[in-house]
Amino acid sequence: MPQMSMIEAIRDAMDVKMAEDPNVLTFGEDVGYFGGVFRCTAGLQEKHGLHRCFDTPISEGGIIGIAIGMAANGLRPVAEIQFADYIYPAYDQIASEAARLRYRSNGDFSAPITIRTPVGGGIFGGPTHSQSPESLFTHIAGLKTIIPSNPYDAKGLLISAIESDDPVLFLEPKRLYNGPFDGDHETPSVSWKGHELGEVPSGRYTVELGKARTVSEGSDITIIAYGTMVWVAEAVAQNLGISADIIDLRSLVPLDIDAIEASVKKTGRCVILHEATRTSGFGAELMSLVQERCFYHLEAPIQRVTGWDTPYPHAQEWAYFPGQKRVTAAVRTALEAA
Amino acid sequence: MAKTKTNQSRMYVPEPPFRPGDTPDYSHISVPADHTPPRPDPMCDDHETAEHALKLIRVMRFNGDTAGEWIPGLTADVKRKMLHDMMLTRAMDERMFAMQRQGKMSFYMKSAGEEAVSVGHAQALRDDDMIFPTYRQQGILINRGASMLEMMNQCLSNSGDPLQGKNIPVLYSFRKHGFFSISGNLGTQLIQAVGWAMAEAYKNKDSIASTFTGEGATAEGDFHYALNFASTYRAPCIINVVNNQWAISSFQGIAMGEGESFAARGTGYGLATLRVDGNDALAVYAATSWAAERARKGGGATVIEHFTYRKEGHSTSDDPSKYRPANEAEVWPFGDPVDRLKTHLIKIGEWDEERHEAQAKEAKLFVRETYKKAEALGTVDSGPQVDDFTMFEQVYADPPQMLLEQEEMFKRELG
Repeated sequence: MPQMSMIEAIRDAMDVKMAEDPNVLTFGEDVGYFGGVFRCTAGLQEKHGLHRCFDTPISEGGIIGIAIGMAANGLRPVAEIQFADYIYPAYDQIASEAARLRYRSNGDFSAPITIRTPVGGGIFGGPTHSQSPESLFTHIAGLKTIIPSNPYDAKGLLISAIESDDPVLFLEPKRLYNGPFDGDHETPSVSWKGHELGEVPSGRYTVELGKARTVSEGSDITIIAYGTMVWVAEAVAQNLGISADIIDLRSLVPLDIDAIEASVKKTGRCVILHEATRTSGFGAELMSLVQERCFYHLEAPIQRVTGWDTPYPHAQEWAYFPGQKRVTAAVRTALEAA
Repeated sequence: MAKTKTNQSRMYVPEPPFRPGDTPDYSHISVPADHTPPRPDPMCDDHETAEHALKLIRVMRFNGDTAGEWIPGLTADVKRKMLHDMMLTRAMDERMFAMQRQGKMSFYMKSAGEEAVSVGHAQALRDDDMIFPTYRQQGILINRGASMLEMMNQCLSNSGDPLQGKNIPVLYSFRKHGFFSISGNLGTQLIQAVGWAMAEAYKNKDSIASTFTGEGATAEGDFHYALNFASTYRAPCIINVVNNQWAISSFQGIAMGEGESFAARGTGYGLATLRVDGNDALAVYAATSWAAERARKGGGATVIEHFTYRKEGHSTSDDPSKYRPANEAEVWPFGDPVDRLKTHLIKIGEWDEERHEAQAKEAKLFVRETYKKAEALGTVDSGPQVDDFTMFEQVYADPPQMLLEQEEMFKRELG
C-alpha cells in the first residue's frame, strides 16, 4: 500500500476526484503553478489543466464568493484559504451565504463547496499562522466542519467532503502535515513514513463525515480530541499507563455524539482537549453535551484542556500549546476525583 | 444651492444638497440631450469606454424622439411589452405596499422609478442568462414571466410560499426564471455572479451572469472582489450599479464621496464601463445588449451604472420625509420611466392615451385578482400557513443527528 504524508494524501484526494469528475476544480492563493505554500496542490495544474487548478488574487472573500457561484452552477469547487488565520474576510461569504443559501432559497440553490485551510500551531507561526477558529464555524447552521488527524483519514474525509452536497470546512492541522506530533517539541520530528496511518490506499475511498475514530479502547477514562491533540492524548495515556478510551472526533459537525455518550457512560470520566482558545471553544459544547447526556454516569467533573484566551504567541508558543504536561494534569485530576 | 455646513472641524463629512424643508433644485445636473457618447464596437478595448463612465447614454428625448448611436432596433411589440411589464411591476408594488400597511405582510419594497432598469435590462438578456439581483429588480421576474401569484405568496409567507416562510418578503428565489436567491447581506451576490459566470465559461457555454447592487453597497468589499475577479478571469458577466441616489437615508455621496460616476469604478480594474440614463428603458436595453454581446463573445465584464432616482422609501419601514425634501422625486430631472416610454410609443404612433389607460386598469385588476388568490392561501398572520416543522428542512442536504434531535425536542415542546 502506498505510504503518504498528510500533504500527499490531501493532494491525492483532489487528484482522484479531479480525474473522475470534470466538475471538480481547485483554486486559491499560490495554488496553481507553484502548488500551494504547503504543496497540497503540487502537480495538479500540470496534470489537470490551468483552468482546473489555478491561482487567485489575495482575496479570501473573493475566493469563497466565486466558489459559491460556481457551486450553485453545478461545479464542485475546492477552495484553499492559505492559513485559517486569513479566513475572516471570507466569513460573511461562508456564514451568511454558503451555509444559508440552501435554507433561504428553500432548496432552490445550494453551495456544495469545500474549503480547505491549515489550522493550529506548533510551527512558530505566531498570531497569524497558528489559529484554530473551528468554533466560529461549528456555530453556523448549514455548515459542516471536519478536521483529520492522519493521512488515511485526511484522504477519505476530503473525498467525502467534495462529494457532500453541503458546504464543508476542511481544517488541516498543519503540524501533522509531515508527521504525527505528540506535543513534545524537544524530541525530533517523526514522519508519516512507516506509520500505519500513513498507509493510504490509491484510488477512491471515503471516510464518513460524522463518524469518530476510536484511537484506543480503555475503561478508566474518556479523552475526546481532534486534530493535533489526538496525538498528545495518545502519548499522555501511554506515559501514564492508563486504560483510556481516546476518541478522535474527525468531524465536529456532524458530531458522533453516540460514540462520546457510549464511552463516557462506560468510563464515568471525561477529559476534552483542543488547541483553540478556551472561552466559547468547541470544548464548551462538548462539555455541555456530556453533562446533558451522561451526568448520572459521571464520577468526576469533566476536565477541559485548551489553549489560553490569548492570541497565539510567537516566542511563547510552547507555553500556550496544551501539551503533555497540561493534559497529564487534567487526566490525573479526572482520575483522582472521588 | 449648497447649504451652510455645520462642520466644526477640518474633518469633512459630505451632505446632500437638500434636506427636508429645502426647495430642491437639480438644474446643476445636466441632462445631455445631444451628448450621448458614441457606441463603440462591443469588442473594443476597455479603455475606449472610459469616457462612457463619465457621460450618460440616452436614447429617448423627453418629447419621445430618439437620438444618437444607441437606438436599439426594437419592434413596437417589444417596446409595448416593456411598457406593459413596467406598468404591471408598478401596479403590483402599489398593491403590495398598501397590503403591508394593512398588516398582511411584514415588509415590502417598491421599485417605483426604477422599473426601466429591471425591465429594460431583462428584455436585453437571454432566458438562460443568470441574474444575481438585489431587492429592487422585481421587474426582471415580471419580464421573464414569473408567476405573480408565487411572488405574492412569498411576500405573504403563506401556505403557497415557494420558500415556505424561510425568508422575508421580496427576497425571492426563482431558479426556473434564472433569478438567484436574493441575499439580505448586501453586495455578496456580486462576486458569486462572477463565480457563476466563470463556471459558464468553464463549461464552454455562452450564457452569461448579470448582477445588481445599489450604489450604497458598492462600498462593500464584495464589489471590489467582483470587479477584480471579473477582470482577472475575464468573466462573462455584467455588474450593474443602480444609482438611485439614496441608500436608505444616505445620499450617494456617502458611498463614494461626491464624485461623478460609479461606472468609473470599473475603469481602474480594466473593465468596460457604461453609464446610462436609468429612466430611459431603451437606453438601458441598448447598454445591456452591448455588455451582453461583449461578455458572450469573450470580451469580459462591463460595469453599468444606471443613473436613476428612488421615488419611494427604501422599504415600508422607511420614512423618506425625515431626510429628503418631499417633492424631490418630482423635480428629479430625468422624468418618470413609464411616462417616458409611453411618450415615445405615442410619438411613433404605436400607442395612445386610451390604450394606456386601459392597460393601467387591466394591470390593476390583474394584480387585485391575483392578490385575492394569494390571500386565500393565507398571510403572515392569518389563514393557512406553513407548517412550523418545515423550519428544520433545507438547513442541510444531509442533516446532522443533533438537528434531528432538536426536531424531536420541538415535537415534545408542542406536547
